[in-house]
Amino acid sequence: MRRNPNDLQRYSASERLNHWVVGICFILLALSGLAFFHPAFFPLTMLFGGGPWTRILHPYIGVVMFVFFLVMFFRFAKLNVIEDRDIEWLKNVNKMVDGDDHDMPEQGKYNGGQKVLFWGLGLGMLVLIVSGVMMWRAWLNLPVTAVRIASVLHAVAAVWMIGLIIMHVYAAIWTRGTIRAMLYGTVTRAWAKQHHRGWYRKMTGDNS
Amino acid sequence: MSLQSLDIMRLSATTTPPPQARSPQSGEVAKLIDVSKCIGCKACQTACMEWNDLRQEPGECHGTYDNPTDLTENAWTVMKFTEYDNEATGNLEWLIRKDGCMHCADPGCLKACPSPGAIVQYTNGIVDFHEENCVGCGYCVTGCPFNVPRISKKDHKAYKCTLCSDRVAVGREPACVTTCPTGAIMFGTKKAMKDQAAERIKDLNERGFKEAGLYDPEGVGGTHVMYVLHHADKPSLYANLPDAPTISPMVSLWKGVSKPLAMFALGAAALGSLFHYITKGPNEVSKELEDEMDAKGVGASPKQKNEEMTP
Repeated sequence: MRRNPNDLQRYSASERLNHWVVGICFILLALSGLAFFHPAFFPLTMLFGGGPWTRILHPYIGVVMFVFFLVMFFRFAKLNVIEDRDIEWLKNVNKMVDGDDHDMPEQGKYNGGQKVLFWGLGLGMLVLIVSGVMMWRAWLNLPVTAVRIASVLHAVAAVWMIGLIIMHVYAAIWTRGTIRAMLYGTVTRAWAKQHHRGWYRKMTGDNS
Repeated sequence: MSLQSLDIMRLSATTTPPPQARSPQSGEVAKLIDVSKCIGCKACQTACMEWNDLRQEPGECHGTYDNPTDLTENAWTVMKFTEYDNEATGNLEWLIRKDGCMHCADPGCLKACPSPGAIVQYTNGIVDFHEENCVGCGYCVTGCPFNVPRISKKDHKAYKCTLCSDRVAVGREPACVTTCPTGAIMFGTKKAMKDQAAERIKDLNERGFKEAGLYDPEGVGGTHVMYVLHHADKPSLYANLPDAPTISPMVSLWKGVSKPLAMFALGAAALGSLFHYITKGPNEVSKELEDEMDAKGVGASPKQKNEEMTP
């Protein structure tokens, strides 16, 4: 797709690749995990070659996701430090949700909501990897009490994570001009000025 | 052997009723193990091996009579020997318990199992694993309050005592019962076994075992394998038989309320998003800003504009 030379680069190819590896792993994990969480979703195991294959694959996909998530986490952690203006943004989030974002506080590369999402996903990922490994009977056989606690935490963290990702995906669909940032890396200047004015100034030197 | 039997009370990971047109008119079955009559000969272990065609690889001797030392995927029942120094009487007592699946009325394994039909409970009370549906996740191990199911290293499927469901289905008693030389293992309807136990307990009480009683723990809704214990007040004396077994609250939370609640929450999040979109509309970049960028000459590229104009 042709791009406007004036568009702003938001993500490098490597960052996009990183994001999509994590995203694909997440989709596979959510489908296979839900299959084992609720009987209504057990037929999803068919997507992975049946029950035993789903049980075999799920934890390995989890490890792949964790590794790539970790890389992404360290790439973006600095940009997601929560500042005063983010807290101000979060206080006004109801206005944003209401569709009236004109007098929202100025935001850097990420807004308060994105930053909260970032740390929320980080926490979820940490709980998932630790509890998931504890439940991994192909390699480990921990005391049953530990596995029971891990099972509950794994389920809670997974639901937490899926909930956040629903929000994440919806926010990307809702905010027009966002998805292209994750597909081919750029956003329009107007988009940047509207949603991330601080970042727009930094990128363009335009202080209007 | 599974659904065709038409007498399935519960099926793992299934939310609609399984085929249960038939139910035993004589009531649920039970195995009664009278620990006070057991001589620890292990004929039951051998009978179990023979009938089910199982052979456990020889292991290490731990200086006890326990052999093998624990249940395995190839040893569905194991005699456990405990030396108990009874301070009240000054006697050294040799407590022998036949360990194996208790066939709970409220089975934790079945509750935890994510695979439809991998664990079934027949209307006669027997809890059976159907390995063809087992995915090998080990959730049954997590669910069991008695530490019974074992996952095979070879095929990663779960195994345990079937209460010889194949024999019982054709009107025979489990192999261990048939073979027990002292009559310490009995089999019949649950009611008959409780009556039998009551008489035996009365007898034991008269002979000085004041705390003799029946082990049929309420916490799991009763079991279809019951013990007559001389020390029914302290079941844990018998190789850690749980005093008050229940399905762990962790498992109940995980496989109980959290399932529908979580599904509801995620469904609401997805549906809420859609409703938000159709009520508030998309969050578009304002026309004002786009015009501003165009004025600066950094908006939509001239090339794109040309393309739009020349189809």
